[in-house]
Amino acid sequence: MSQQMFELLLKGLWETTVMTGVSGALSFLLGLPLALVLVTTDRGGIFENLSVNRVLGGIVNALRSVPFIILLVAVIPFTRLLVGSAIGIAAAIVPLTIAATPYFARIAEVSLREVDRGLIDAARAMGANRWTILREVLVPEALPGIVSGFTVTLVTLIGASAMAGAVGAGGLGDIAIRYGYQRFETAVMVAVVIVLIVMVCGLQAFGDWLTRRIDHR
Amino acid sequence: MNALIEIERLSENVAPESVGLQGVSRSFGAAVALHDINLSIKRGEIVGLIGRSGAGKSTLIRVLNGLDKPQAGRVVIGGQDITDLDERALQPIRRRIGMIFQHFNLLSAKTVAENVALPLKIAGQGTEVRRKRVMELLDLVGLADKAQAYPAQLSGGQKQRVGIARALAPEPVLLLSDEATSALDPETTGSILGLLARVNRDLGLTVLMITHEIEVVRQIAHRVVVLDGGRVVEEGAVARVLASPQTEVTRALVRGLSPSLPGDLMALVRPLGAQALLRLDVYGPQARLPILSRIAEITGQPARLLHGGLNDVQGEPYGRMFIALGTADAAKLAQVLAALSPISVGLEVLGYVPADV
Repeated sequence: MSQQMFELLLKGLWETTVMTGVSGALSFLLGLPLALVLVTTDRGGIFENLSVNRVLGGIVNALRSVPFIILLVAVIPFTRLLVGSAIGIAAAIVPLTIAATPYFARIAEVSLREVDRGLIDAARAMGANRWTILREVLVPEALPGIVSGFTVTLVTLIGASAMAGAVGAGGLGDIAIRYGYQRFETAVMVAVVIVLIVMVCGLQAFGDWLTRRIDHR
Repeated sequence: MNALIEIERLSENVAPESVGLQGVSRSFGAAVALHDINLSIKRGEIVGLIGRSGAGKSTLIRVLNGLDKPQAGRVVIGGQDITDLDERALQPIRRRIGMIFQHFNLLSAKTVAENVALPLKIAGQGTEVRRKRVMELLDLVGLADKAQAYPAQLSGGQKQRVGIARALAPEPVLLLSDEATSALDPETTGSILGLLARVNRDLGLTVLMITHEIEVVRQIAHRVVVLDGGRVVEEGAVARVLASPQTEVTRALVRGLSPSLPGDLMALVRPLGAQALLRLDVYGPQARLPILSRIAEITGQPARLLHGGLNDVQGEPYGRMFIALGTADAAKLAQVLAALSPISVGLEVLGYVPADV
């Protein structure tokens, strides 16, 4: 593999990392509150509000049911509005975030729902208000599940960012398609796949390690 | 009745009421969880609330700290009527009510020290105050060396000690115990009950123990309230209720503690026979009177204890005895009954048995 190819791969790796990292961070910041709202506004929740719950649940389901490749194209006008272009890394981050937020919200929601009701009752019996319950009970108790769910989200984002490459976003997916597929450079294709495998394995291992560290159950 | 209320009022002046439920009712749809419950707990008292599952015990505890609202009646805690308070107004009151749970309900993500500190944090206490109080409490429950451990690393008994330390942290006026020993083995149960009794004695804390185990009541409660089908069916001093349960529900609950006539003896009891057989329930100082020799003095025959004996409730004796009189004479029997009824809480002629059993 030539020096030029190596630099190309390195650039791709960097672009994929940026796309995954930024959209991952954004989907965490948006998805966790969304998950908290979904859990706490549900029947019996500490902020019970069924109409809010239904509307948000509906939006999440709608977004989750659109295949990513279609979402990617469908949100182009919105992307242009937001970042001024529909091409490039910044442009790819918009649909990636829109897809990953409801995905992560649903995963985090499952972990939050698994928090024992007895713990919430105990906190209420101690005279805690609802914000304290969120801060001291709900989030810390669900954190191991949230972290491992976020790892899954990031891995999914790496895959999705490769798809975003198809519409000119750059990154490893873009390289694999342009060189490996369209120019029949099998060596590049294999190299990209290996880099992706290493990335995903490393990320998963780190996520698992972090989950174990914070899990005291 | 009026006199009784008068007496209660007088004693309230001496030991003010800590908890009062007046005509509290709560139902869920068609299911009645609590029906017209009247309950008063004096300051410093340990009350055991016993009942089978579904008797309404959990609902009662939730009504006491305002996690559930009664549909009728009043709830008074430490002199304050909390019945109509909203969630925000209830929060400071809940901070004065400690609660311990069957499954401990400790936060797995927090260390032992952080768990104990949580109620203090909720009450807005500073870090330094919290740290000092937490160490005091962990010393009190004998877990000072486990401050930095996580609950998952502790045994059941240790977890409940942490639960107790946490409940005591904000210096509560009332401690609610919801089946706190039901998930523990008998030995650990004993040590947890010992700790609760000590806390009650040393801190003068009022304790309401909700349980389905009569043994828990026997070991530490001063007074017992029996709940069934959402109603209070029996209430009184523990020794009195154990010695002479008045209702079928209570009898079923205390069955393990009070002796019943063994099958082979039961089979020998006849409507007529050589010797009358009595069941005698006693408690308090009367339990230690020379009962058998008094009977013998009346009948002129030796009386025999066929089964049963004395047990004790926190130093107070109670018991059930099955006594064969040594005679079947009706006049003598009437005399014996007349002599025993003032000193017993339960007296029954079961029948007659042969002289050679």
